[in-house]
Amino acid sequence: MASPIIDADFENTVLKSSIPVLVDFWAPWCGPCRAVGPIVDELATEFADKVLVVKMNVDENPATPTKYGIRAIPTLIIFKGGEVIEQITGAVTKSTIKDMLTQKALA
Amino acid sequence: MKIYDSLVIGGGPAGITAVLYLMRAGYSVAWAEQLSPGGQVLLTESIDNYPGFPDGVNGWELVEKMLAHLAHYSPERYNQAVSAIEVGTEQHTVTLETEQLIARTVIICSGATHRKLGLPNEQKLVGRGISYCALCDGNFFKNQDVAVIGGGNSALEEALYLAKLVRKLYLIHRRDVFRGDKVYQDKVLFLADKIEPVLNTVVTSIHGDDVLESLSLCNVQTQEKRELKIDGLFIFVGFEPQGQFLPAGLARDPLGFISTDAEMRTNLSGIYAAGDIRSKLCRQVTTAVGDGATAGHAASIYLEQFHA
Repeated sequence: MASPIIDADFENTVLKSSIPVLVDFWAPWCGPCRAVGPIVDELATEFADKVLVVKMNVDENPATPTKYGIRAIPTLIIFKGGEVIEQITGAVTKSTIKDMLTQKALA
Repeated sequence: MKIYDSLVIGGGPAGITAVLYLMRAGYSVAWAEQLSPGGQVLLTESIDNYPGFPDGVNGWELVEKMLAHLAHYSPERYNQAVSAIEVGTEQHTVTLETEQLIARTVIICSGATHRKLGLPNEQKLVGRGISYCALCDGNFFKNQDVAVIGGGNSALEEALYLAKLVRKLYLIHRRDVFRGDKVYQDKVLFLADKIEPVLNTVVTSIHGDDVLESLSLCNVQTQEKRELKIDGLFIFVGFEPQGQFLPAGLARDPLGFISTDAEMRTNLSGIYAAGDIRSKLCRQVTTAVGDGATAGHAASIYLEQFHA
């Protein structure tokens, strides 16, 4: 399972992480988020120890989405060393996210 | 290699129902869906015309109930996209991302997806001002100016939803009247202080580097051009079939939707289609469920010859 993260913890947990981080920006009322959420949860297990996978509810945490210019959800962002290395919006397949993780995050 | 009685492609209401009917008939079923199940229903805030829910039902709640129903059965699920169907005489080979499956029947329920305008910059600015889901992304445009493109029920419905959030909404349509139901048109007129119809107008280009900034518009009658500064653009210009993997030789209508008979049989033996991907007039959850049941049942009867 991808663990939830809030604005206040974002810097410490995501930006200062020693391993790459995949953040799923979502909201409960967003349908496509529900099509992707379970896939992100599976990836959290499959990439355990290699990539930290977290999800942020944009309704409850407005600061971080604003900072990264997010204007549509679901948006997935991969951070490495505190920098955005990949960003994708919309319902995407598991293999697409997997490729992003192996080719960009773990490259 | 295992031969499935049926492979159902797609996890929306049509696919879920087809799986249900085939499993209840005792057949072995593989079920492929590239995302998590639900399909386009997940995008609907409230479904008000599905019998049994007099107060309406939220799209994802309806999907959860449908999936709970399926929990009594155990189709073999493949969370993968389909890339090809090789049609045989009595069995067909379907290529997924990491494997190939063989099935005696294939029920195609892969649905439809929103059509794009096809303009440069459109893909680049998705998530940076451009959206195809008002319910998902409307909140990001509170008290800002947005445009909605389209004139059918979806466009009007989404415009009415967005009007509650935004400062100003331009409703851009290429014809002189909206196509959507009168009940929606009346509501749009009622919100004249928020919604400004821009008729006989097409978008000729989309501008913005990092974020959407403006649109170039052209009036198709007067040829008059203008620029429109906006923060958000919501595109609802119809749907197109999701069927990049469909085999050559499968009969389709001019828009690409699959032609079937009343029992959901296509022109290819053992291949069925159900739901939004089928050529038909009424694309609704109710009709998807009906198509799925019909296809599942027709396939069950066809399969009897192999289990005599």
